[in-house]
Amino acid sequence: MKKLLLGNEALAQGAIDAGISGVYAYPGTPSTEITEYIQRSKTAKELNIHSKWSVNEKTAMEAALGMSYAGKRALTVMKHVGLNVAADVFMNMSVSGINGGLVVVVADDPSMHSSQNEQDSRYYGKFAMIPILEPSNQQEAYEITKYAFELSEKVSLPVLIRMVTRLSHSRAGVITGNRLKQNTIKLPSDSKQFSLIPMFARARYKHLVAIQNDLLDISENSYFNQFIKAPNTSIGIIASGIAYNYVMENFESGQCPYPILKISQYPIPKKPLKKLFDTCKKVLVLEDGYPFIEEAISDYLGENRRVIGRLSGDIVRVGELNPDNIANALGFDVVIDESKPSVVSNRPPELCVGCGHRDLFDAINKLSKEMGSQQVFGDIGCYALGVLHPYKSINTLIDMGASITMAKGAADAGIHPAIAIIGDSTFTHSGMTGLLDAVIEKTPITVIISDNSAIAMTGAQDSSASGRLLSICEGIGVEKEHIKVITPLHKNLEENINTIREELNYKGVSVIVSQRPCVQLPKEKKDRLKQLKKVTLN
Amino acid sequence: MKINIILAGVGGQGILTIAAILDTAALKSNLNLKQSEVHGMSQRGGAVQSHVRISDTEIYSDLIPQGKADMIISVEPMELLRYLPYLKKDGFLITDSNPFNNIVDYPNLEALYNEIKSHKNHILIDAKKIAKDLGNSRATNIVLLGAASELIPISEENLTNAIKTLFERKGERIVTKNIDAFNKGKEIAKEQLTAKKV
Repeated sequence: MKKLLLGNEALAQGAIDAGISGVYAYPGTPSTEITEYIQRSKTAKELNIHSKWSVNEKTAMEAALGMSYAGKRALTVMKHVGLNVAADVFMNMSVSGINGGLVVVVADDPSMHSSQNEQDSRYYGKFAMIPILEPSNQQEAYEITKYAFELSEKVSLPVLIRMVTRLSHSRAGVITGNRLKQNTIKLPSDSKQFSLIPMFARARYKHLVAIQNDLLDISENSYFNQFIKAPNTSIGIIASGIAYNYVMENFESGQCPYPILKISQYPIPKKPLKKLFDTCKKVLVLEDGYPFIEEAISDYLGENRRVIGRLSGDIVRVGELNPDNIANALGFDVVIDESKPSVVSNRPPELCVGCGHRDLFDAINKLSKEMGSQQVFGDIGCYALGVLHPYKSINTLIDMGASITMAKGAADAGIHPAIAIIGDSTFTHSGMTGLLDAVIEKTPITVIISDNSAIAMTGAQDSSASGRLLSICEGIGVEKEHIKVITPLHKNLEENINTIREELNYKGVSVIVSQRPCVQLPKEKKDRLKQLKKVTLN
Repeated sequence: MKINIILAGVGGQGILTIAAILDTAALKSNLNLKQSEVHGMSQRGGAVQSHVRISDTEIYSDLIPQGKADMIISVEPMELLRYLPYLKKDGFLITDSNPFNNIVDYPNLEALYNEIKSHKNHILIDAKKIAKDLGNSRATNIVLLGAASELIPISEENLTNAIKTLFERKGERIVTKNIDAFNKGKEIAKEQLTAKKV
């Protein structure tokens, strides 16, 4: 049957059809729709496939590994920077290996449409020495995911699937196949496999190194890597993932005159690469993200200028690929009839009308005269828009949870007041541990948790923090009289300013929970939250 | 047959609904389709666009190359002009005339209209008012789709069926109102185009 699916949804359907027993993930653009598709799937529900959101990417990946330990197939999904959070387990589970098939999906965001960097996850895959798959279109996203589980069990390693924004968020018709049954429970045959104490880990690591040639061999024979012959050998093209589409877009007939090595599986296949080098004068490397392949196959001293791409400067080094920059690389002129008229202004994103973050920023800005400027540390979420006009209330945005710990470091350096603004879900994702650091040292910081009871930026998913914030803060050791709750509404502005001012003056750890549900939440959810709040306050 | 359409607007204005209707209708017509969209941060009141590509042959790129769009359909006049570099020579501009003013430096409206009118092939309509008069101001996007429909090589039957499919779960009344919006948009576009020819 042909279904209309986003690249992300095609991948999710592939995972369901590969017989997964669970998906573990934390939302993050552009990866979110993979897990949401499985959450909405009737089949997944009937089959009791686990799909609830995890607290962060590390807990997600570890849970997936636990499911794999039990012999079942598991999927774990995150955006590229989420893999930084999960890097600890990621790097170690390639050493332990897996039991049931384990596939890690990471969606990269070249051009930073909704991210703070454009790191390329293929480096992580290489770092962990595991197979990487990189689909070029929606159909391939479906098929490659089924294949990924088979490969994972074959080589007993986790397999990384790398997506990019444009494939994740583009729809096409996808033909789906049959569904495999889930694995039954089967504990690891070697009881030492997952116990990475040094003496066992050394043996496991030796094994990982030893099978690298097998991985190369599998990649060289993979259906997903293809050498496409063509007569004009003045250039040979290497096109990985979606770059292949942009190459072909430039040839109306669907026939590229240059030989192409289409890569969708790694390690980089050596044999066809050698063939390309032997037959072509130059090699043009087209890859979205960092120059990963180009770096591996170029000579460092730059004496041999046969390999060209992003590293050599022949293609723009930053930002995503598109049909136009590839057309230029292929020597075509991009004919643009008109430029953008000068009357067109920029329209950056903004906080929704009626959003509670707005009222919080109003209060913060009123206080900025007395508390000094540049002392508000921000975090990841909708409220990061507080960096921009008209609020300009926030001065930093680095990673999940950094508001609290950066405020702590600044306070240690002598800054006072030091204010952290963090969302409810970001707080449970990575803020709690930093708060404990501050509590232990009684560092004078004021943490404002802007609690909209949702993971709002990615589409208002359920927040793990809902109904738990006050008890978490108390449990961590914040003094009860310095945990305050305010309601960010215009009518409360003066009162809220007073509450915040009082806590700014306190020379210890204060937490102010600024609580009002996200305006994007459906009414039923808001009502449920009201009930929850009543219960918690009682 | 191959058509490239850019849909433009501000986050929340319903361009993904237009995209979904085109997608469903294209699939029903046994055509190939690729449609890329924007999720994440810019959906919060920022500029958003969607590339819709429909063809009877294989489509490679998810993105439309610059200078290759047959038309731009926009729910907002300034957003229409943002994507002019994508428009092919003599391509069509179809837009609602109502500004969505959430920025401090929103340009002079007359200047925007003049820029739009300097293009031979344009359909500039008050889609919002048309939708409102039909009793459903939320159907502004559907009025615009109707206005563009004659230029899109998909049968009217498949387009209206796609509208039915999409709004089905909201009830018969909403379906009818959206079909009305589609038809009215189509009618008004026809009038505008004929008037210009005369």
